[in-house]
Amino acid sequence: MSETPEEPTGPRRVIGTPSTAPTAVDVQVEPERPSFSADPENAKQAKNAERLVAALFVLAFIAGCGFIAAYVGLEVGSSTIPKGANDVVAVLRSNMALGSSLAVALLALGTGSMIWVRHLTPNIEIAEERHELRSEPEQRKAFKREFAEGAAISQITRRPLLRRTMLLATAPLALAPLVLLRDLGPLPETSLRHTVWRKGLRAVTLGGLRPLRPADISTPGSMITVIPEGFQDDNNALAKAGVILIKFEPGQLHVPTIYDGKTQLYGMNWTVDNIVAYSKICTHVGCPVALYEETTHHILCPCHQSTFDAANGANVIFGPAARALPQLPLTTDSDGYLVALSDFTQPVGPSFWERG
Amino acid sequence: MISRRRHPAAGYAAIAGGLVAAGVLYGTLSGGSASAAAPAQNTTQVAQGQKLFETSCSSCHGLDAQGTAEAPSLIGAGAAAVDFQMSTGRMPAKELGAENDRKPTTFTQQQIYDIAAYVNSLGGGPAIPSPEQVSTTNAKTALGEELFSTNCAQCHGFAGAGGALTYGKNAPSLNAATPTQIYEAMLTGPEAMPVFGDGTITPAEKQDIIAYVIETRNEANPGGFSLGRTGTVTEGLLGWLGGLGFLVLIAMWLTAKRRDHVKGESEQHS
Repeated sequence: MSETPEEPTGPRRVIGTPSTAPTAVDVQVEPERPSFSADPENAKQAKNAERLVAALFVLAFIAGCGFIAAYVGLEVGSSTIPKGANDVVAVLRSNMALGSSLAVALLALGTGSMIWVRHLTPNIEIAEERHELRSEPEQRKAFKREFAEGAAISQITRRPLLRRTMLLATAPLALAPLVLLRDLGPLPETSLRHTVWRKGLRAVTLGGLRPLRPADISTPGSMITVIPEGFQDDNNALAKAGVILIKFEPGQLHVPTIYDGKTQLYGMNWTVDNIVAYSKICTHVGCPVALYEETTHHILCPCHQSTFDAANGANVIFGPAARALPQLPLTTDSDGYLVALSDFTQPVGPSFWERG
Repeated sequence: MISRRRHPAAGYAAIAGGLVAAGVLYGTLSGGSASAAAPAQNTTQVAQGQKLFETSCSSCHGLDAQGTAEAPSLIGAGAAAVDFQMSTGRMPAKELGAENDRKPTTFTQQQIYDIAAYVNSLGGGPAIPSPEQVSTTNAKTALGEELFSTNCAQCHGFAGAGGALTYGKNAPSLNAATPTQIYEAMLTGPEAMPVFGDGTITPAEKQDIIAYVIETRNEANPGGFSLGRTGTVTEGLLGWLGGLGFLVLIAMWLTAKRRDHVKGESEQHS
């Protein structure tokens, strides 16, 4: 651990050049020749190991060529795919060939190297002594002196006007990266509290984009995912506006009327013909929650098993979710289609800092 | 020189064997067979169906299919529900419970149609779809994928491999389901499954969904192993157990003491 005391090394050393002290004890004895024999103990075994390593390296070479061949030959572009072929499968095949050939090449290369080291290199121990990280006293003194000399030559201590204007000149450049943080995007402001649902906006099926009348969901036990009409291509809007409609038998549905201060959060008067609409975004971390069990009226979230009781205001009955799924007030428009009565009256999805 | 306590390759052979066993475990499931011709309902069929119902179904569902404390009423259940439950072997049930697993049916398709005709005569309900209704000739598979991932994938998984529900129930794999059975399941909502009637998912959209399920089922697995197609769970499990286990073995190999090293050390000390 501690450094061996050194004798003064004659003339002053130039800073930056290595110390003349020996670094390895083994080399100290006879630096010109290796202090060990590089001949293996068992020549036959070593020859076998050598052949094995060479075989692995050849395998790595072949697999590496295979990688290039797979890249060129199994191109996924439209030019090499026959008309009508499944391009998804083509991508899968290409990935498989690229991945396995690269894996074989790297594995063979690594295995060969390890066998080389373990079975062919002579088994000797080389000790490398640690030295103190702190520089030697004369180096430290010289640095101090040179720093002072440099400061004097640059005149920075003598001319405060130059020094101060130079600092002034660099200050805006130093602050510029902070300004660039604005490019991370606009502040969310109140967008987390609202969705695009508004009074009179029709609910349409996702995929078919058809508006629905209550008669279209006439069978009790029916469920369907709907989105606000006209927003099918707006992913930012859809991320919050997904809704599931569930149809109940008469008498099964018990949505409690709950007020949060003055705002109504849930209400039986928001259902149409025993059809209730809940947000599809889990209140835990925002997974789409739509594993609806018709027999138990449970809505299960596949991510963390939060379970909501659809017949009772989507209250949480199991799992990590902290709040019930928000209910979308439903009504019908003059054409008889299901529309929203208003936006959700509470934020949908997971908690956020300012939600309160 | 070479100690024979254990063959050097034994550990790697064990891992390789484990991987092969996992692959075999998640081996592919067979597809279903095509359904027979559409039923023609008439009074003799209803009468035959009633006889079959009384011997095979009435002990749970009641002599007039009115339901008992153990099983629901079948009045208004419809022919499609009967055909789905019986052709998948779920009914007659092995035991009473919220769920019944798919098993080989003991009835002929004609007997099932007879019982379906009888149940249909009691109070109507969804009819068994015709082969034209479940044909996927002109189906839009891409739209089917969108509809499937919106309405089906949350329970059945993106590739229709099935998944877990609450309190020990599960959504079955769709690998063995025939197009008719998929259609009937959407129409009638068996067990915990909600109903996807023609008002919410139109007959044409149902064909699109069936086309997607069939197409996905027939997709190749270029790696050789499908891993059950249940997604991240089996892939993660294999990654952790197989991949990490392999890395641990490599780390053990890298850090293991060399035999000649051990020998040299003992020579030095002696």
